[in-house]
Amino acid sequence: MNIAVCIKQVPGTTQVKINPETGTLMRDSVEAIVNPFDEYAIEEALRVRERVGGGVVKVITMGPPQAEVALRSAIALGADEGYLVTDRAFAGSDTWATSYTLARGIKALGDIDLIICGKQAIDGDTAQVGPGVAEMLGLPFVAWVRKIEEITEKSIRVQRLMEEGHDVVDMPLPGLITVVKEINTPRMASLKGKIRAKSAKIVILNAETLAAEKGKIGLAGSPTQVLRSFVPERKTGGEKIAGEVGDLVAKIVSTVKELNVIK
Amino acid sequence: MGIKVDLEKCVGCRLCVKACALSAIEVINKQAIIDTAKCNLCAACIEACKKYAAITITRDAGKRGVDVGLYRNVAVFIEQHEGTVAGVSYEMLGEGRKLADRLNEKLHAVCIGGNMQSQAEELVHYGADAVYYFDGEELVHFSDDRYATIMADFIFETKPAIVLAGATAVGRSFIPKVAARVYGGLTADCTKLEIDTDKHLLLGTRPAFGGNLMATIICPDHRPQIATVRHKVMKPAQKDPARTGEFFVKRIEKGRIVERTAIVDIVKEIESTVNIAEADIIVSGGRGLQNPENFSLLRALAASLGGAVGASRAAVDAGWIPYSHQVGQTGKTVCPKLYIACGISGSVQHMAGMQSSEFIIAINRDPAADIFQIANLGIVGDLMQVVPELTKAFNKRAG
Repeated sequence: MNIAVCIKQVPGTTQVKINPETGTLMRDSVEAIVNPFDEYAIEEALRVRERVGGGVVKVITMGPPQAEVALRSAIALGADEGYLVTDRAFAGSDTWATSYTLARGIKALGDIDLIICGKQAIDGDTAQVGPGVAEMLGLPFVAWVRKIEEITEKSIRVQRLMEEGHDVVDMPLPGLITVVKEINTPRMASLKGKIRAKSAKIVILNAETLAAEKGKIGLAGSPTQVLRSFVPERKTGGEKIAGEVGDLVAKIVSTVKELNVIK
Repeated sequence: MGIKVDLEKCVGCRLCVKACALSAIEVINKQAIIDTAKCNLCAACIEACKKYAAITITRDAGKRGVDVGLYRNVAVFIEQHEGTVAGVSYEMLGEGRKLADRLNEKLHAVCIGGNMQSQAEELVHYGADAVYYFDGEELVHFSDDRYATIMADFIFETKPAIVLAGATAVGRSFIPKVAARVYGGLTADCTKLEIDTDKHLLLGTRPAFGGNLMATIICPDHRPQIATVRHKVMKPAQKDPARTGEFFVKRIEKGRIVERTAIVDIVKEIESTVNIAEADIIVSGGRGLQNPENFSLLRALAASLGGAVGASRAAVDAGWIPYSHQVGQTGKTVCPKLYIACGISGSVQHMAGMQSSEFIIAINRDPAADIFQIANLGIVGDLMQVVPELTKAFNKRAG
């Protein structure tokens, strides 16, 4: 079974700190990491490979040349091959152009039975590229997968997390799933894996090798553009009180009463 | 094409460097240099450089697009669960109506379901000028293939300028497929929608970087302009039985849709009957609860308020409560009217999921807990004592 995993290199958002004086993001605290949701995707691909007893796990990412680091961390975990989709012509891609470009990239990987993506990247938070890639490739798709119940060469049965529970869904393969955090606990890289990752060959795919249509990539191919971005006004803490339990409770009750939210 | 610094205008003030989340800008010899390999053209630096206007983004003149003048009206996707219109859909109708009025255009409701004709007809009373009800037994449950094809065909046929859907598990699953198919511009999880009436454009504002950065997105040359919209942010439409509008029942031609996936089972697993994404009141617990048994204190408080129970990642990771209750960047994003955080210190990742709540009460023993920075009311105290007393007090009020 051949599995492709789409990953993204993102700034380590949990470390993002807002400078309280200027209200801007403090850049020094930002380091690049593999998008946390993609770590679950990588782990699940490795588990499927183990479960079906064979196959190749190919990790693919689109980004600047330094995104190669993300591919190497996936290889250190046990992925077999790394593919870097990179070209200045891809700069400024929105989710449409990214889906198109990644879909072209996946086509270049040969026969793929299953594509796994993290549910969303923690920088953009859109969750749009997984379904976008599925659509561009004409593949069936299930979002928010939290468990693979069964998998064969021909089909997969998964649990899809919904707001009030989960659906059990059957999908023929090849197909694409996006996975949520609950699906597994990612392993740590082994020393052997780290050594292998260091020397692993990363295949570079650019606009030309992908035969990407010029009008569909980068800024020009992107329907949406950012008009402006800004740091939101932070809520500032309101009243803070300490004291006897009875007083605290009375304060909460009177506050909630004023809000008029209890039906 | 791309981003450029006008070296004449740049004074080397470093404001852009501070604004860049991707560390793509450096100031060398008092001039800003942008590493275009790192830059994702998010435009944060342009905002920071307003005073000097030294940074610009230019686009290809030969950009492909469509004749935007051919597209008119606002269409909203009506989500239903087992034949009942979902709350978020009334919010879409309320917001869609406002946008349509701003543009002086019509509001269309697209309802996909089965055995719910009377409810679909009623959507006219909630602001729709026309309701397109796609009816079929096979449409009762959500299906990516069916819903995406119906919505995409509807767009090809009626050419709406704007399409809205709730940013729910369903909306965020199939709407990106629709956008991919129709080559529309899609903005995810918007918390604010406005119209630029001069340019006839939808401005969709949304949080990114876990709420640390807001971005306003436009779609100038493609249509439709599609947005998924965060639940509980927009005001729901109010019913006006006097309103009239058109109603069309649509049936899907046999063979038009190839359904590839199949739902084998639907399992409800939320502990209480209240879904945290829908709840007006959420009582949430974190590490401060110390053990899973203490969640019963929160369940009792939530019950006394008619609310739902949420949890921090720490509590979920400890196995105290299922993941479906997790609030935060890796869980659910919620914006209830009242959020009560009990024994939650307030990590960046948790606050990303609840900071847009209308009113936040935090109960924590540690007066220095970060959660107090965003709480409207901070209670420095022991939740083990405060919460049970609070439950008693609310139960007394109700009783």
